[in-house]
Amino acid sequence: MPRPYALKDADVPDKTAHEIEINESSQLQGNELLSSSSAHLSKIEEQAREESAMADPQGLPEDDERTKSQIAAMIEAERDALARRRRELESCDCKAGMFPDPGRRRALFAAGSALAAGVTLGPGHAAAGKASPGAVWRDVADDPTKVPGTPTAEDGGYGSRSQFESDVRWRYPTPTTISSWTMAPLDRSEGIITPSGLHFERHHGGIPTIDPARHFLFVHGMTQRPKKFSMTDIKRFPSVSRLHFIECSGNGLTEWRKPTLKTVQGTHGLLSTSEWTGVQFSTIAREVGLKEGAAWVLAEGADSAVMTRSIPLEKLLNDGMLAYAQNGEALRPEQGYPLRLILPGWEGNTHIKWLRRLELSDKPFMTREETSKYTDLLISGKARQFSFTMEAKSVITFPSGEIKLPGTGLYEVTGLAWSGRGRIARVEVSADGGKSWHLAALQDPVLPICTTRFRFPWFWNGQPAVLQSRATDETGYIQPTLKQLVDIRGLAGPFGSVYHLNAIQSWAVAGDGSVSNVHA
Amino acid sequence: MCTLRAAVSLAAVLALTQAARTQDGYPSRLDIGVTPSAQELAQFYAIPPDGRGLPPGRGSYAAGQKIYADSCAVCHGDKLQGIPAAGIGGDRLIGGRGTLASEAPVKTVESYWPYATTLFDYVKRAMPFTAPGSLTDEQVYSVVAYILGEANILPKNAEVNGSSLPKIAMPNRDGFVPDPRPEVELYR
Repeated sequence: MPRPYALKDADVPDKTAHEIEINESSQLQGNELLSSSSAHLSKIEEQAREESAMADPQGLPEDDERTKSQIAAMIEAERDALARRRRELESCDCKAGMFPDPGRRRALFAAGSALAAGVTLGPGHAAAGKASPGAVWRDVADDPTKVPGTPTAEDGGYGSRSQFESDVRWRYPTPTTISSWTMAPLDRSEGIITPSGLHFERHHGGIPTIDPARHFLFVHGMTQRPKKFSMTDIKRFPSVSRLHFIECSGNGLTEWRKPTLKTVQGTHGLLSTSEWTGVQFSTIAREVGLKEGAAWVLAEGADSAVMTRSIPLEKLLNDGMLAYAQNGEALRPEQGYPLRLILPGWEGNTHIKWLRRLELSDKPFMTREETSKYTDLLISGKARQFSFTMEAKSVITFPSGEIKLPGTGLYEVTGLAWSGRGRIARVEVSADGGKSWHLAALQDPVLPICTTRFRFPWFWNGQPAVLQSRATDETGYIQPTLKQLVDIRGLAGPFGSVYHLNAIQSWAVAGDGSVSNVHA
Repeated sequence: MCTLRAAVSLAAVLALTQAARTQDGYPSRLDIGVTPSAQELAQFYAIPPDGRGLPPGRGSYAAGQKIYADSCAVCHGDKLQGIPAAGIGGDRLIGGRGTLASEAPVKTVESYWPYATTLFDYVKRAMPFTAPGSLTDEQVYSVVAYILGEANILPKNAEVNGSSLPKIAMPNRDGFVPDPRPEVELYR
């Protein structure tokens, strides 16, 4: 296999680590399958509390207090997210009424009938002003056919999601919120696009607020015509739109040694997919003129970390893109507004946000991120450097951790598969921990370097089962097991080699229908 | 009317053919953007291992010790040991040599960072965390001299400047290998 981006000897001058939150509930396909009960969540919380209280939750070396405290904090954050979900269910009858709890539903109906007309001023009303993030609270009519609805355009011309929807990304409990990350709620994901407001985040210096009228992109270094582009200039260039996933190379870092987080949001939530629109780097390259010998490009952001990564010119010319739009509108501030780099299939950190500068060079700059951070330390003591590609990976999003199947019967197992090397060719599903595999159906479109939704009908007979998915991409690369990766790379630290964990994920279904994260 | 429109279109096409064009009809260059001034470009830097772009000035361990105490210790600890506490989270900076090939590696500037130029670049770029870019070049040189002195990589009387910095031999200089993925072991 060609490895065009490996660090060559000539590139070496004179010879010579993320955060989390979790979601849990169980939106099943179809109302009858919904099962998230307060009692169930209570049990989860109880378990989490016990686990976080353990003195040595990971069986780690005695002196690794920092890691222990990090892991304990992660588990605690996940527990808090679960508790928040539970409180929401209890405090808002309007929402709880959507769940198939006949007793509660009857009570709601009775309360509604007691009012002559208009809105229900039940317990839900007390939640006014506390609508979930991204939603606006509105009183709920007893019968929406009997009163006029919200006036047209009252939202000012920009819509928001239903007040009954509360999925949020949650933050991995790094010590500081300025350098931290949030996880996308994959357990509730539908299709392949991530809503812009739920796209995972990784910030190293907070989210800058940038006035696009005062933002410029400088392209200089080994160029014939160094240029300064305004955002207006950038948008005059011919544009392209493409759907691509972005995955942080730290996705799953907690899962090397043992199952640590409970939900797919915690284990895989540093993955999101958007349609990106912008200018191909190749277009910009012709504009500035490349000089002989140019081989690397420094990309620099305008945040307080002044984030920098060195990118091989070959990659930028192949499919690199300067994006100003996401899912049909301008980038969100936390996604790099007004301009970010897109390097399809490469680790998320290279997709420099708030892009302000591209410097053409003959060699990499060896920035802090590409030497001390986003390198993969092996048990040999050597570290892999410039490990850009996100390899083929998949995960079942339903049923996944903390969901509870209400009974035996048919379930549609569904999930996402993706590869930084191209299209997904095949996804297989196993219900017996990998002993036997069955082809899943791939939902169109199946796009290169993009998440692909897969579906598999599974009849649960009530016996314990272990669900797994395995992706194969168009190069023929087959998603490996965790054991295969550990055999090659070793476990050099509490989080193994930290990055690029693309192993098969296992979800155990217990006899009572509860689903949990396991290594199998 | 139609004839007039056709004539205008033809004129536009003819005008475009004056410039080199790609096959899909776009000119290969649009002459968009302006030439940045030397002054504008001078605000930028990124220091590669050969030291290109290092600014004038020099730093010392003694000066760095005071700057570290004033601006760095609050997050990284008075012994450069790092503070993982909530609200802080500064990395440990020294120690850890000889631990990389183990199940409990300690990755610090001393044990892991391959180039001293990276330390200068990063401190100048992004530190102190709450006031990035606030140190002068001489102060950055001095902080580098202090950290590398405490790491026993430099003698405490060494001066750090633009010519000496790229020559500093970091302990883990040869600790990195190219990415071999896809791993051949997965094709057996």
